[in-house]
Amino acid sequence: MADLAVKSDPTEDRLAALTMPSCGAWGRAVREAALARLRSTGLPGRRDEYWKYTRPDTLTQANVVPAAVFQNDELPPFEGLERLKLVFVDGVFDADASDDLAETGLEIERLETAMAQDIHWAKDLYGVLETNGQTPVARPLAALNSAYASDGIVLRVTAPVARPISMIYRHENLNSDAILHHVIRVEKGASVSVLENGPAAARLNKVMEVDVADGAAFHHVRAQGRDHERRAATHIFARLGTESRFKSFTMTVNGVLTRNECVIELLGDNAQAHVAGAALGDGDFHHDDTVFITHDAVNCESRQVFKKVLRNGATGVFQGKILVKPGAQKTDGYQISQSLLLDEDSNFLAKPELEIYADDVACSHGSTSGAIDDDALFYLRSRGVPLADAQDLLVLAFLAEAVDEIEDEDLREHVSARLSGWLERHRS
Amino acid sequence: MLEIKNLHVKLEEEDKQILKGVDLTVEAGKVHAIMGPNGSGKSTLSYVLSGRDGYEVTAGSAHLDGKDLLEMEAEERAAAGLFLAFQYPVEIPGVGNMTFLRTAVNAQRKARGQEEMSATEFLKVVREKAKTLKIDADMLKRPVNVGFSGGEKKRNEILQMAMLEPKMCILDETDSGLDVDAMKLVSEGVNALRDAGRGFLVITHYQRLLDHIKPDVVHIMANGRIVKTGGPELALEVENNGYADILGEAV
Repeated sequence: MADLAVKSDPTEDRLAALTMPSCGAWGRAVREAALARLRSTGLPGRRDEYWKYTRPDTLTQANVVPAAVFQNDELPPFEGLERLKLVFVDGVFDADASDDLAETGLEIERLETAMAQDIHWAKDLYGVLETNGQTPVARPLAALNSAYASDGIVLRVTAPVARPISMIYRHENLNSDAILHHVIRVEKGASVSVLENGPAAARLNKVMEVDVADGAAFHHVRAQGRDHERRAATHIFARLGTESRFKSFTMTVNGVLTRNECVIELLGDNAQAHVAGAALGDGDFHHDDTVFITHDAVNCESRQVFKKVLRNGATGVFQGKILVKPGAQKTDGYQISQSLLLDEDSNFLAKPELEIYADDVACSHGSTSGAIDDDALFYLRSRGVPLADAQDLLVLAFLAEAVDEIEDEDLREHVSARLSGWLERHRS
Repeated sequence: MLEIKNLHVKLEEEDKQILKGVDLTVEAGKVHAIMGPNGSGKSTLSYVLSGRDGYEVTAGSAHLDGKDLLEMEAEERAAAGLFLAFQYPVEIPGVGNMTFLRTAVNAQRKARGQEEMSATEFLKVVREKAKTLKIDADMLKRPVNVGFSGGEKKRNEILQMAMLEPKMCILDETDSGLDVDAMKLVSEGVNALRDAGRGFLVITHYQRLLDHIKPDVVHIMANGRIVKTGGPELALEVENNGYADILGEAV
């Protein structure tokens, strides 16, 4: 019998390049379980329906596509804001550059510390929300993350925290391949804000699991980007208790490939989940927002507000779903995804979905793409505003609905200033 | 101040001639009114002067204080002192009215090499001027013209005019969509800006507005030309007899 050529399996090829970090008993068990989840589905390929608009190749292949470290004189995001700083360099926690974890007064530690302990609260969360998020749609990159995450933060908040927790991701190595996994539990009545910024690595795979208990609140503001050549696949998995609130806003500028998935389960009555994003893409830029919100309780509200400004052949993708389970009455679901195409070479691909199994709900969704309004442009110019300024003003106005989702005024202004700074630097 | 000579304009897309030789001179300190039936080219004239795309000047010229308007971008014309109060002011969601005003004022100052207005100074001036036009704080905060009534939009145009202090103001059917009280308020706003250094070109269908904004000269426009010019009595003639008589006479 002739030898059969051994067909290479992309998933096994990728796994062969990875080493599972050593850790304690529960850590080992949850990582092995995650690996089994990954093997059961395999990594996504081009024929995968959920990856129809975004090529997963460079996110899943064994080798990293090198990414140049981008230099400019702009201050890093959130500079000047009072916050607790946690710095990661190419996906590795840098204790020297960070604030002292022991002195924060918070239950905060590195993932490896938590996994080294026999008993830890994070055991009930790590990989658990990710597992819940694997149905009805598989998210293999998140399973890979749970199996191989090499660093991350484990945070438990038991009271309202005034100072935001700020995660700063620096990228220094051209070939870095970072796998980060954060676990956050906001206990009953507690609240916390988490900030994230920076390119992180040439390739980043990041998972954040957030458990928001009854009456608790979680705010998240992320400034993603800067480095043009970086690639990222991120997942947020959130579980919301009764009367809890979850708000997440992401600003994305630059980056050849970004896929941000957000998977939220509203499990307690009267809970509220808002997810928003503002993306500015110029040229070789591909940005994908994939959102899945499940309503599984009564009288909950969810909002998805995603705006993308694209030019010089940039591509924007939106896949957003609202699933209303039987019995989730009085659901108020809102979803809008819009793109502003500044030329005819740019693309926006949208797949808004509603799946509703309750009869007393209000769900709306809308998706549009359009150009800058010529009438508005002329109106501004007729008042003396130069063309480029007028365009920037209209672009910012287009993004405003998403930016306004940020509750904190300082943060909101900070994000607006960065968006206008980017526009000024990217004038054609 | 504003000097238009033999202006011929056609629509770029339709190859349709709209203005067929307009001659008009507005002196500083004077108010000129242009009246005329629908489709006579009144609004086209205002758009061409302010620099809107979509029109092609096939012959003639337009100068403001000796500067060739037709060579300038819309924003340069504004900085040179030209202002158009729109017939249909544009709604701009997401841009606050105050931000809009301040951006415009400072852009023009910058273009003229003047110092920008500080936030405090700007606020003081805008509040004062808004008050006389009965524009409240809420209207200043809201996005430009979004959800404004017809009257509010027109008052907002006049506020912009008051803030920008142009040399030459073109009012394109500022009376359309206004009730009597709103027309009075808007007219008072315009009259307050009348001075020896400023010219006005008031485009209207009806004589009504001219009861409030008294013109020095009235022009009748028809079929892309100024067909008759006279004093304020010409407007009354139109009001009493319609355009037919005048047009019959002029042809």
